Amino acid sequence: MQQVFKRPQSLKDVQTHFCPGCHHGTIHRLVADAMDLYGVQEQTIGVASVGCSVFLYGYFDIDVVEAPHGRAPAVATGVKRAKPGSFVFTYQGDGDLAAIGTAEIIHAANRGEDITVVFVNNTTYGMTGGQMAPTTLVGQKTSTSPYGRDKSKDGSPIRMAELLAQLGGVAYSARVAVDSPKHVLEAKKVIREAFGYQAQGKGFSFVEVLSACPTNWGMNPLKANARIGEEMIPYFPLGVFKKEE
Amino acid sequence: MSKRLFVKGNEAAAMGAVEAGCRYYFGYPITPQSDIPEYLSRELPGLNGEFIQAESEIGAINMLLGASATGVRAMTSSSSPGISLKQEGISYMAGAELPGVIINISRSGPGLGGIDASQSDYFQCVKGGGHGGYHIPVLAPNSVQEMYDLTMHAFDLADLYRTPVMLLGDSVIGQMKEALVPNPRPVRELPAKGWAVRGKSGAEQRVVKSLFLGDGELEAHNWHLHAKYKVMKEKECISEEYETADARLIVVGFGSVSRIAHTAVTMARAEGMKVGLFRPVTLFPFPEKALEEAAGRAGKVLVVELNTGQMVEDVRLSVGAAAQVSFYGRPPGAGSLPSPEELLEVIRKNYGETAR
Ligand SMILES: Cc1ncc(C[n+]2csc(CCOP(=O)(O)OP(=O)(O)O)c2C)c(N)n1
Ligand code: SF4
Repeated sequence: MQQVFKRPQSLKDVQTHFCPGCHHGTIHRLVADAMDLYGVQEQTIGVASVGCSVFLYGYFDIDVVEAPHGRAPAVATGVKRAKPGSFVFTYQGDGDLAAIGTAEIIHAANRGEDITVVFVNNTTYGMTGGQMAPTTLVGQKTSTSPYGRDKSKDGSPIRMAELLAQLGGVAYSARVAVDSPKHVLEAKKVIREAFGYQAQGKGFSFVEVLSACPTNWGMNPLKANARIGEEMIPYFPLGVFKKEE
Repeated sequence: MSKRLFVKGNEAAAMGAVEAGCRYYFGYPITPQSDIPEYLSRELPGLNGEFIQAESEIGAINMLLGASATGVRAMTSSSSPGISLKQEGISYMAGAELPGVIINISRSGPGLGGIDASQSDYFQCVKGGGHGGYHIPVLAPNSVQEMYDLTMHAFDLADLYRTPVMLLGDSVIGQMKEALVPNPRPVRELPAKGWAVRGKSGAEQRVVKSLFLGDGELEAHNWHLHAKYKVMKEKECISEEYETADARLIVVGFGSVSRIAHTAVTMARAEGMKVGLFRPVTLFPFPEKALEEAAGRAGKVLVVELNTGQMVEDVRLSVGAAAQVSFYGRPPGAGSLPSPEELLEVIRKNYGETAR
């Protein structure tokens, strides 16, 4: 019998701790697939951030450094500068990257660090219990925006992929979603492309992945999936915003 | 190869780093330490190294964290407000047992303060500074030569104990020019860095982290760190003594103020007073035993600091009941360095009380 589907080699054969319906597991898989595609597992150093994805080393069979909350792009800068031959990616949530770590991501991107950043946008702080994030949609209720995010008071949700695309150091910036098989396939292609930029030494690449947090959204996995298409994609459009040749 | 150079303390530290094999520097400008990044931005590119001016001190310390995790020798430097920002990263490095050197040419505070010589960050540097309960070795040079020698020593300590190490100076030490003889780095046997992340390359996965969630794991990790500090206390204390053998009063001071105290002690000796000077070179580990011995012989100790009293607490703990401890402090402010005559007057007063 021909095997048509298997676990990527860069991913360990273990169960994840993520909640049912959470997309972190799916995104891990896509990232591992991209590592396999370029055959870089053995030279990859992953930089784990703070949030539900902190256990990167538990799932990826690669060397991993754990960074303080938000600082993964700075840690990755140090890793890559000291070991230019290595393949370096960070994996960060929206609280991590778009709040506490805003300075680090903007400046690593602007310097054009030859790293790849996987940015998981679930419009909330997952690990700490669903507080308002910089990406929380206007009107969205969270544990710290109980009346819904108020634009006049809390500002507008930040579109990181578009923001970073403006910076001179960025070679690739895109947004994908993983709410449907079709989108997952597209996401796979885009994540591969982003990793390809680093594999060819072309500079900073960034992929934002719209992802569900059913637990903190108070929805079942199906409803949560539907929310991505109905509420998130209209505000956070999918697409490639920058692609340097 | 005993050429003599005439350089600034800050430059000497940067030169010592290069001699120690440091090729990666990450920093952010702040007076009075900016000569260090300026020097290294000139030198490192030619040595196949990297200089990055980070977006902030937080960026810089985390770049250091990342570089150190790959096993290379790397460094950052800053001054008091910048060190406050670095404390998060220092705590993470201490927790993950990552080597790395942090030079702190401290200034006065609190808050923005000023750039005067000050020793008001003793607690912050020596007692942990960041969260979680840890220590890092802290070295306090008092000359340009020591800026060079102790920077090299700091890199060795960092690798030996897998810990961040801080060199603590101030604007006097950093900005003054003196003769420097750039000796080669002393050879010390250091452990291999098998823990460093390099990409698996067929080997077992390596993880650098400070998260320990397993049952009892974090407690065990903390006891492990504590055991390292105990070894440091036994093996890595450095202090200097001057005229302490027959002294009836021992002046204790570190860093820049120890030089003024040295002059004052010489003046006191000329007046026939049996006074000595004890200078801790390592502030952590604090040279408790050596100080207790010297203080026990003298019976009386006078601590001099450029603050309102911080190291004096460690002196009291070290000396216990063996000697009486008094304190003379000058917190920073424009021109507030004590003169040798001023210290001599304080010595006379304390010595007089001893004689009576
Ligand atoms: C300095 C600091 N502040 C706050 C926290 C608490 N904290 C842990 S995870 C987290 C939010 C993570 O949210 P996000 O990055 O969106 O990732 P997710 O959990 O949703 O995957 C916060 C605020 C921390 N660990 N460190
Ligand atoms: S809290 Fe949200 S982001 Fe975290 S694992 Fe659960 S569903 Fe995923």
